[in-house]
Amino acid sequence: MLALDKVGKIYPNGVHALERFSATIPQGEIVAIIGGSGCGKSTLLRAVAGLDRASTGSIRIDNIDISAPHEKIGIIFQEPRLLPWLSVADNIGFGLSELPAAARREKVAQALARVGLSDKAKAWPRELSGGQAQRVAIARALVPQPEVLLLDEPFSALDAFTRRDLQDHLLDLWADTRPTLILVTHDVDEALVLADRVLVMRPRPGRLFAEIDVGLARPRDRASPLFDAVKRRVLTALDRSLDRDVPDSAPAETVGAWW
Amino acid sequence: MTMTLETPALERPETRDRSASNRRWQRFARPALGVVLPLTLALAWELAVWSGWSNGRLVPPPSRVFATIMELARSGELWRHITTTLSRVAAGFGLGVVTGTLLGAISGYWGIARRLLDPTVQALRAIPSIAWVPLFILWLGIFETSKVALIAVGVFFPVYLGVMGAILSVDRKIVEVGRTFRLSGPAMIRRILLPAVLPAYVVALRVGLGLGWMFVVAAEFMGASEGLGYLLIDGQQLGKPAQILAAITIFALLGKTTDWLIELITTPLLRWQDAFRPGGET
Ligand SMILES: Nc1ncnc2c1ncn2[C@@H]1O[C@H](COP(=O)(O)OP(=O)(O)OP(=O)(O)O)[C@@H](O)[C@H]1O
Ligand SMILES: [Mg+2]
Repeated sequence: MLALDKVGKIYPNGVHALERFSATIPQGEIVAIIGGSGCGKSTLLRAVAGLDRASTGSIRIDNIDISAPHEKIGIIFQEPRLLPWLSVADNIGFGLSELPAAARREKVAQALARVGLSDKAKAWPRELSGGQAQRVAIARALVPQPEVLLLDEPFSALDAFTRRDLQDHLLDLWADTRPTLILVTHDVDEALVLADRVLVMRPRPGRLFAEIDVGLARPRDRASPLFDAVKRRVLTALDRSLDRDVPDSAPAETVGAWW
Repeated sequence: MTMTLETPALERPETRDRSASNRRWQRFARPALGVVLPLTLALAWELAVWSGWSNGRLVPPPSRVFATIMELARSGELWRHITTTLSRVAAGFGLGVVTGTLLGAISGYWGIARRLLDPTVQALRAIPSIAWVPLFILWLGIFETSKVALIAVGVFFPVYLGVMGAILSVDRKIVEVGRTFRLSGPAMIRRILLPAVLPAYVVALRVGLGLGWMFVVAAEFMGASEGLGYLLIDGQQLGKPAQILAAITIFALLGKTTDWLIELITTPLLRWQDAFRPGGET
């Protein structure tokens, strides 16, 4: 279980990026975090990843305090961040250096097959498309079997088709070991396809504004009226979080242009 | 997709032929392009002297330079000069590379060391290196040590600057990948920093080597009894321009060869680079 307790972050330049953010996320839950630009989503994720330290509050995973990167926590960034001097296979095996070579090779081969890139094992990262590179990044983060996987707008640089493909893929991979997923996104559809719960944040300073249980059966049908109803709730919460007044009857399309 | 597969069978052998000759062109003709200009110039000068348009006394034609080289080679003298110069460059280059790499890495990695060390190094760098010659001779004598020291000084600065600059410009995002996988300090250096700085390091080594060759001449000007630099001075004092040109030619060949060796050794290590290569792969 991941417990965030009144997490706050003030950057050295005085920016109050995050204030009293509290949430409890049980093992295996998928949480989407959504909110306007600059409301502290990346700040929160970096603190949970142990890359930056929170100024106040505590982040605990299974009652262990997180102040530095931890083996139970993996992170996927907006860019794939593959190491250009390692082949695709070696990139995926990067976090497995403690394992004997044979075991590592086997795990990497499994992961490559799992993300459908077995034929690219020996390729250099520069030879991959954006979507393929991000799949390698996902495999690299998942292969050490973290209990919590953080994703900071992992698909935002991809076209809509590839994005859907990777969303399905991510759910597939998630089902293998069921890690906790915390996903930052700007795409409400993405949040609702993937998440059990949506946390809406508001800016200046970054705070938790609303919490919406998605409660839809999986696999999710984007065209169902239930999906639409939840989407409307999220969009309304988003608009409120940015202090915009919206009449309840506003059509989803105009509300959709929230960022 | 299907359209391209339906190329008429007749055309295929021809295209394969063309791509094979294309590859041959890439393997041999492209490097050969580089010698067209010097060969043409040499040939033109040879013709000019041969036709009596110039007497070639001060600028001897290539054939006479070549004859001088052969003569020196036959007497065994050439070999002695080349090995002397080569061993001086090797010693100076080795010393300069080791110290430059170490100090550059320390300055790049530790902020305190950089603040402590770098201003001094930069101030020393501002001194024209030849200005050290009198001091080195006083301190180290006129024999090998002072010569090697001068070459090492020349090699040190580009290597130091290259290593430090490369470390300072390693992408934070890549370092964060190492951090999320909890690499220890040494592992971070070995698995992230070293490969990341390698391309810049190779460039620094090549610049350092070029300066090494420059400074060996300076070092051999200050009183040497053998070495290619000695051949230059000797040729000047005895009025033998062919000998001077012979030494210069050998300098060019050795410099190019050693540079090419560095390139040859490091290319396999840098195949991953996603670099801009105008005019295709070389
Ligand atoms: N390293 C930093 N130093 C100082 N201020 C920062 C730093 N990183 C972020 N900030 C500030 O903190 C606030 C929150 O930034 P953060 O990157 O967490 O936003 P975000 O919610 O991820 O935004 P986006 O959706 O645009 O990615 C912003 O006001 C930003 O300017
Ligand atoms: Mg962000």
